[in-house]
Amino acid sequence: MAGIVIDGISKAFGNTVALAALDLAVADREFVALLGPSGCGKTTLLRIIAGLETATTGRVLIGGRDVTNLPPRARGLAMVFQNYAVFPHLRVCDNIAFGLKMARAERTRIDRQVARTAELLQLAPYLDRYPAQLSGGQRQRVAVARALAVEPALLLMDEPLSNLDALLRLDMRAELKDVLREAGTTTIYVTHDQTEAMALADRIAVLHGGRIEQIGSPSAIYHSPATRFVGSFVGSPPMNFLRADAGRLMGIRPEDIDLVDAGAGLPFRVSVVEPLGAQTLLTGTTDGQVVRVALPGEHVIAAGATLFLRPRPDRIRWMDAATGNALAQAAG
Amino acid sequence: MMRGRALPYLLVAPAFVFLAVLFCVPLVQTIALAFQTGTGFGLGNFVQMAEDLNFNDAVVNTFRLVGVAVPLQMLAALGMAVMLGHLRAGRDLVLWIWTIPLGLSDLAAGLVWLALLNDQGYLNTVLFHLGIINGPESWLTYETPMALFAAIVIAEIWRSTAIVMVVLVAGLQLVPKEYAEAASVFGASPWKIFLRVTLPLLKPSIQSALILRTVLAFEAFAVVLAIGGRNFPVLVSEAYTWQHFNQAPAIAAAYAVVVMGISLAATVVYLRVLRTPAAQRA
Ligand SMILES: Nc1ncnc2c1ncn2[C@@H]1O[C@H](COP(=O)(O)OP(=O)(O)O)[C@@H](O)[C@H]1O
Ligand SMILES: [Mg+2]
Repeated sequence: MAGIVIDGISKAFGNTVALAALDLAVADREFVALLGPSGCGKTTLLRIIAGLETATTGRVLIGGRDVTNLPPRARGLAMVFQNYAVFPHLRVCDNIAFGLKMARAERTRIDRQVARTAELLQLAPYLDRYPAQLSGGQRQRVAVARALAVEPALLLMDEPLSNLDALLRLDMRAELKDVLREAGTTTIYVTHDQTEAMALADRIAVLHGGRIEQIGSPSAIYHSPATRFVGSFVGSPPMNFLRADAGRLMGIRPEDIDLVDAGAGLPFRVSVVEPLGAQTLLTGTTDGQVVRVALPGEHVIAAGATLFLRPRPDRIRWMDAATGNALAQAAG
Repeated sequence: MMRGRALPYLLVAPAFVFLAVLFCVPLVQTIALAFQTGTGFGLGNFVQMAEDLNFNDAVVNTFRLVGVAVPLQMLAALGMAVMLGHLRAGRDLVLWIWTIPLGLSDLAAGLVWLALLNDQGYLNTVLFHLGIINGPESWLTYETPMALFAAIVIAEIWRSTAIVMVVLVAGLQLVPKEYAEAASVFGASPWKIFLRVTLPLLKPSIQSALILRTVLAFEAFAVVLAIGGRNFPVLVSEAYTWQHFNQAPAIAAAYAVVVMGISLAATVVYLRVLRTPAAQRA
C-alpha cells in the first residue's frame, strides 16, 4: 500500500513562494503526472515528498503513515533526479545495485535486478563503465534503472526522459508504462512535456505558480480545461481563445474547427500554412484575433487565402475573460 | 608572431628565475655537499651520520611522530570538516576559531605547549590544586619518554590539523550535495553515506592533504625542539645540531638529503595508492 496524501503543503524560499498550500491525493498503484512550465514548483514538490526538502507548512502521508518528519531513507521510495545524481565513483552496475545493496538484498536478487533493468533501459553494454564515460542520455537511463532496480512501492520521477532523443524517448515511455503497470508501482511523474503526461498518466495534475490548476484524466484535462492556462498549456498547438460577448472567451481546440462554405462561418485569413503530414496547421486571423486551425492532412491550402470557420458547438469551452476560469458550460 | 609565442615564457620567467636561484641552486649545493668527502665524492658523510648515537633515535622518533600524528589529525580534520558542513549559523566563526593555530609560528606553538606542560606549567598547577599530585611533576624528560612523546604529538596535532581541515573543507565544497541526497533516498544511513559516497568523492582532497601534512610532519622541528629539547631527537633537529653545534654542515646536508628522500617516497606512495582515475571524478 503506497497511496500518497499531500495535505496543505506550502514551501517558501525566502520571498519566493514555490508551493502554495497544495493538496493532492494519489491512490495506491496510480500513475499521476505533474505537468507544468519550468519553475512552477514540480521539483520542489517531489523533493518534499522524498524528504529532501522540508515544507514550510503541511503534511505528507505515504500509505496512511505521516512521514513529514521522517528522513528520506525511512520513506520507502525511489526517485529519479532531474540532474540524474548518478554516483561518479561507481560503475554503472554498482550504481544500479546501490539501493538493493543498502537494503542488504541477496546477491542473486541484486544480480537479477541489475541484469533486468539494464536490459530494459538498453544499458547492458555499459555495465562496467563509469558515468563520466557515458552520454547524458545514457546517464539519465542509469538514474532510471537505479530507481527501478529496487522495485519500489512508490516511485518519484523528475523529468526522467528529458535528455533522450525523440525515438528512444518514445520507446522508453512505452516500456516504462508497461513495467510500472505490471509491478503496480505508485508513480508521480514530473514533466513539462504535455504529450508525455497524456501518454503515461492515469491522472494529470497541472501545476502553475505553485498551485494545482486542474487535476483529472488526460481526456478531461485536454477537452475540458478548468482554466485558460490549462487550455493554452496542454495541447500542441494550444487551444484558441476568442473574445466573445458578455466578458466571455470562447475556447476551442484547433482540430475542433471545421471549414464551411463561404458566408456560413467566421471569415479567416490564412497567413501561415504548415503541412505536417497527419495534419495541416493553419495560422491566421479572424476579426483581428490570431486563430490556429488543424485540418486533416489531405487539405491543400495556400497562404493568403480566406476561409470560413465553424467551431463545433459541443467542443466549445466558455471561459470568464476576467478570471480565466471556465464557466458553467450550459451557456454555449 | 614571435612575441605572441614568447609571451607565456616571458610571463613565467620571473617565477622560474626565483625558483632557480632560491630553490634549485641551494638544493643542488646541498646534495653536492652531502656527497662531498675530503678526497672527492662518496658516501662518507652518510656513514658518519648513521654511526652517530642519535641517528637511530632520530629515525625512529620521526617515523613514530608521523605515524601517530598524521592519522590522528586526518581523522580529526575529517570530523571537523564534516561537522562544519552540517552547521547552519556560525559556520564562519567556528572555521575562524579552528584555524587560529595556523597563524602561530611553529616555535610559538611549541612554547605555548611547553608553558602548559612543564613542571611549573598550568597543568601541574591545576593538578596540584585538585590534590591529584603532591608536587611539581616533570613529564618532558628522558625519564618519561611516553609522556614526552604524547606531549609532542598533541602539540603537533594542535598546531597543524587546521591546514588539513582547510583542504578537506574546500574539497567537501566541491562535492555536490545531490550525491548524498540520492544515497539517502536509496536507503543509506548518514554513516553509510559518509563511507560509500562522501569519502570516495573526497579522495583527491584527502590525497592532497595527506601529502602536504606528511611531508611537513617529516620536517617537524620547532615544536619538537621547544618541548623535547635534545631528549627527543628527530631527523631535522639532528641536522640542526650538526650544523650549529658540531659545525659539520656536510653531515647536516646528509640529513637534509635523507629527509628529502623520505618525503619524496611518501609522496609517490600517496600518489599511487590514492589515485583517482579521471573517469571516476565528481
Ligand atoms: N533551493 C532553492 N532556493 C531558492 N529558490 C528555489 C530553490 N529551489 C527552487 N527554488 C525556486 O522555487 C521555484 C520552483 O522551483 P522548481 O520546483 O525547481 O520548479 P520546476 O521543477 O517546476 O521547474 C522556482 O521559482 C525556483 O527558482
Ligand atoms: Mg524541475
